[in-house]
Amino acid sequence: MDYDPDNLFRDDEEDPEGEFFQERESSKEFVVYLIDARPEMLAQDAGKSESHFHAANRCITESLKTLIINRDYDEVAICFFNTKEKKNMQDLDSVYVFNVPEREELDRPTARLIKEFSHIEEKFLTKIGSRNGIIPMTRENSLYNAIWVSQGLLRRGSSKNVDKRILLFTNEDDPFRHVDGATKSDMIRTTLQRAKDVQDLSISIELFPMCRPGTEFNTYKFYAELLGLEGEELSEFLPLAAEKIEDMVDQLKKRIFKKRVIRRMAFLIHDDMWIELNSYALIRPTSPGVITWLDSVSNTQLKSERSFICADTGTLLQEPMERFHLHKNEIVRFSLEELSEVKRISSVPLFLLGFKPTDCLKDYHNLKPSTFLYPSDEEIDGSTCIFVALYRAMLKYQRFALAFFGSSTHPQLVALVAQDDMIRNGVQLEPPGMHMIYLPYCNDIRSIEELQNHDSDTIPRATDDQIEKAMAVMKKLDLKEFSISQFANPALQRHYALLQVLALGDDVDELPEINDETLPDEEGMRRPGVVNALEGFKAAVYGENHDAEEAALEATKSGGEASKKRKAETAVKEAANYNWDDLAESGKLKDLTMPELKNYLAAHNLPVTGKKDALISRILTHLGK
Amino acid sequence: MARNREALVFLLDVSPSMHNLLPDVSKLCHMIIERKFFDNKSDEVAVVLFGTQDTNNELEKEVGGYEHVVVVRAIKVIADDIFEVLSDLPRGTTPGDFLDAIVVGMDLLIKKFGPTNKGKKRLCLVTNAQHPIKEPDEGTKDDQIDALCEQLKAHGMKLECIVARGKFTGVADKRIVNENDYLLSRFSGKGIARTVFVEDRASLLGAIQTRTVSPVTIFRGDLELSNVMKIKVWVYKKSVVERFPTLKKYSDKAPPNSKFSTHEVKVDFEYKSKDNPNNIVPPEQRIRGYRYGPQVVPISSAELEALKFKPEKGIKLLGFTNASNIRRHQYMRDTYVFIPEPGNRKAILAVSTMARAMKNANKVSILRCVWRQGQGNVVVGVLTPNLSSSDNIPDSFYFNILPFAEDVREFHFPSFNKLPLSRQPNEKQQGAADNLVKMLDLVPSGKGEALRPEVTPNPVLEKSRDFNELLRELKGACKEECLKPFWEHVMSEGITLISKKESFDSDVSEEDAKDFLVKDEMLQ
Repeated sequence: MDYDPDNLFRDDEEDPEGEFFQERESSKEFVVYLIDARPEMLAQDAGKSESHFHAANRCITESLKTLIINRDYDEVAICFFNTKEKKNMQDLDSVYVFNVPEREELDRPTARLIKEFSHIEEKFLTKIGSRNGIIPMTRENSLYNAIWVSQGLLRRGSSKNVDKRILLFTNEDDPFRHVDGATKSDMIRTTLQRAKDVQDLSISIELFPMCRPGTEFNTYKFYAELLGLEGEELSEFLPLAAEKIEDMVDQLKKRIFKKRVIRRMAFLIHDDMWIELNSYALIRPTSPGVITWLDSVSNTQLKSERSFICADTGTLLQEPMERFHLHKNEIVRFSLEELSEVKRISSVPLFLLGFKPTDCLKDYHNLKPSTFLYPSDEEIDGSTCIFVALYRAMLKYQRFALAFFGSSTHPQLVALVAQDDMIRNGVQLEPPGMHMIYLPYCNDIRSIEELQNHDSDTIPRATDDQIEKAMAVMKKLDLKEFSISQFANPALQRHYALLQVLALGDDVDELPEINDETLPDEEGMRRPGVVNALEGFKAAVYGENHDAEEAALEATKSGGEASKKRKAETAVKEAANYNWDDLAESGKLKDLTMPELKNYLAAHNLPVTGKKDALISRILTHLGK
Repeated sequence: MARNREALVFLLDVSPSMHNLLPDVSKLCHMIIERKFFDNKSDEVAVVLFGTQDTNNELEKEVGGYEHVVVVRAIKVIADDIFEVLSDLPRGTTPGDFLDAIVVGMDLLIKKFGPTNKGKKRLCLVTNAQHPIKEPDEGTKDDQIDALCEQLKAHGMKLECIVARGKFTGVADKRIVNENDYLLSRFSGKGIARTVFVEDRASLLGAIQTRTVSPVTIFRGDLELSNVMKIKVWVYKKSVVERFPTLKKYSDKAPPNSKFSTHEVKVDFEYKSKDNPNNIVPPEQRIRGYRYGPQVVPISSAELEALKFKPEKGIKLLGFTNASNIRRHQYMRDTYVFIPEPGNRKAILAVSTMARAMKNANKVSILRCVWRQGQGNVVVGVLTPNLSSSDNIPDSFYFNILPFAEDVREFHFPSFNKLPLSRQPNEKQQGAADNLVKMLDLVPSGKGEALRPEVTPNPVLEKSRDFNELLRELKGACKEECLKPFWEHVMSEGITLISKKESFDSDVSEEDAKDFLVKDEMLQ
């Protein structure tokens, strides 16, 4: 497998460590999205345009889109319960397993599945139908059925290398409220037993509770017991009473993907004091995915083979195990073991060196995306306690910790910055923990600012008046609620849209125009207030006559163009001194000098770049030979 | 001849007060030369010592004066002899005059290159500047320095001064030290010199860029606040990871003793169809396929080129926002620096105004950048002000790339306050942690910051150089096919295990290291 050879999504340089950005996944996931389809789920509030059903649909569609690109080996099934129609292997009532052709019920997501699922709401009522599946006087139990069907869907695969999950989306905290008496307790008992059986098979059930503003989803009523939640874990579910449906969707999205630990590491604090940390990649650049080479004739996959050839003798080699460097014309050889030894500085993964005030961390002390650290008590008991104590002390004194991170590829200094838990409207904006920021060495920092020679008297500095004008501009152009995740990457969106169109076999002319969210708000920029502020700033720093001065400068440049014209004229004159046809015929062009050849090219408005051979062949083509 | 070759003149102070520092100075120079062997083999280096007992320089012969300055190696391409010179620095006996040394160094460069090779000529002065500077024959010292600056500028030479201070300073006359500091600052005030004060070994070794890169701009053009207001800027990289030098694969099949063996290995890639391994598919018949779920979607290069996202080149302002809306850990990559177009007073002023206003209001600005025409993507990032502390450096901005929505994975982590009390620290534990944070302070008040990234060299890059050094010596010893000279060498050099004292990750105590030393009788 190759990386994108076009460097389509990188700008200037290759990834320093390709691996760093590629998450290594050891296990795959089987997921059943189990969606409640009671009429209450589809209901729309007056004024609020989005139903819970729609919100769940949106969350799942987005997560499927992420899956299909990044984790295409995961398998999913989509299953509705409380439906009029039924479609499932066990032929149970009120459960409908949604699928598209050319696909098993539990299978990798396809372009078609996503497309049809995202549009399902339009025809849901006519094709599948919605009703409450738990009705008094019958012994029907749609929740029980739904869990059973999900279990059936997840029967494949050993629990050792597959994570099996059921994600349950509902807005009903008390599913059995319409029934009572012995029937109710009986139904609750059997449902709980069913859920327990499922969990005994190492299938986890996760609840995605949804509720209307003002009401609360009471987990204690029923689901706490079904999920087997206790004290601490339960508290995680509580802040879900979100103000806005948008916030709720955000929260649901955060939980759809399992938190994946990149690595577990030991952190040496002092002498023999170790604690255990898990690291997570919260921010990593998303790439358009790996490329598989195909044979364009048969559309079959190709595999690449590498062969090593000795440059001196042409012998075919095994993969060479030694590297060398030419040092003063002497070959210095290194074996691979020696090399890793040279690079190895310390065997301790992470150890603490000390603390510094947060303002010592400069804006340019950055090389690659940070890694998030959260403590774990799994192997070293008390890690969380020590971590929290340090974390609080660092926040209190506004310090960051300087530590040494001894990775095998690039050992380096890191800053550990404590991040306070940030919650707004019940949504966790920033999780609590520490961010590990990779610091540069002196070899990595360039003193660009000092590059230009300036005399101290030629450097103007802003006056208070000018700064005032700039402040006015800033006030007008304030992005109040800016958050980093508000822009989608237009290049990636375009790429995915293209893939989807091609995967579905649609015409590329139907490729939807991607809305580039990263462009400035042109309309806002034209508002008179903004324009005035900008004009004021411009006049303050550039002077009133800036545009005129620029135009004058431009004019002197076009004076340069005039001289260009003069040059072209001389070239024509010079070129006329030779009989080019004759020279070309007799092959004597190569006897001319480069400037002489260039005269001809310049006289005929041809490019004058390249080596002599290129110039000659260009002249010959022009002469029609 | 390589076009980018640099000429470097070391001006090393060897006067008595510098003696205890000389081993480190020699190591610093070693490092620089070693690096040059890796990257810039045709660079030229001269070594000038001052504070010596003897005098040996052309200026002294031509015009007199310039005593106690010795040119131990004239400017020539680096070769083995320079290591001999550097490892055997004589201990001087007279107080050194760094101004004399600078003049001698400049003279070397001017005689060799004249006005050519601009910007590639560097003088590197290492001194503790404790000794008085002689009064010039005419004019004041200030005038003399101004005249030197003119010359440095006219010939495109750069001067780097590394001044040992702090615990390196023994007993020194405060007045002289102050005067010398003033003189050195006069050089840097003119914008052609850089002065670094170092206080410990690590920062001495990190004080000089061992490898000189000529930086290239990523972008030159307008920073567009809007259609009407634009600022001319140049964009460079500010931080870039310096790699371990790439090594070539070694072919052991090449004739071992032939002078013409390159021992290089060519790597060929062939693409074969999976079903029929004998069928090699030529490059033009290959087509790129992207996975989309179970499907692999073929896209030809032409199709991709025609349909891909094609933004216009340019840097556009999206708006300003509170600095607290951007968090430090959201920076994605290496950092860029935006400097105003050199020589453009308007641009310098505009950048200064914007930077200062942003600093005052604690705001940052959000930009959308497309560095080159034809680039297939955009970046959105944050521009932060960098106010210059020196009169001759204009204000500038730092720019860090921020993640897009797709790049962020939001996970929920339980809040620490909601953890059961048994897993939270009690008051005593919290107190201990508070103390630890206060005690392990790397920026003790009144002293400089320890382990500053700007002066901390990468131990891997340094280590490899040491390793090489050893390899080379081993080789020399083994050539005689007798190991005795090798061990004699080990003995004479006092080579031993790296002890804990020298390196924090070593598990060898100082005593063990001493025991490991090769004794005379072992060789018998």
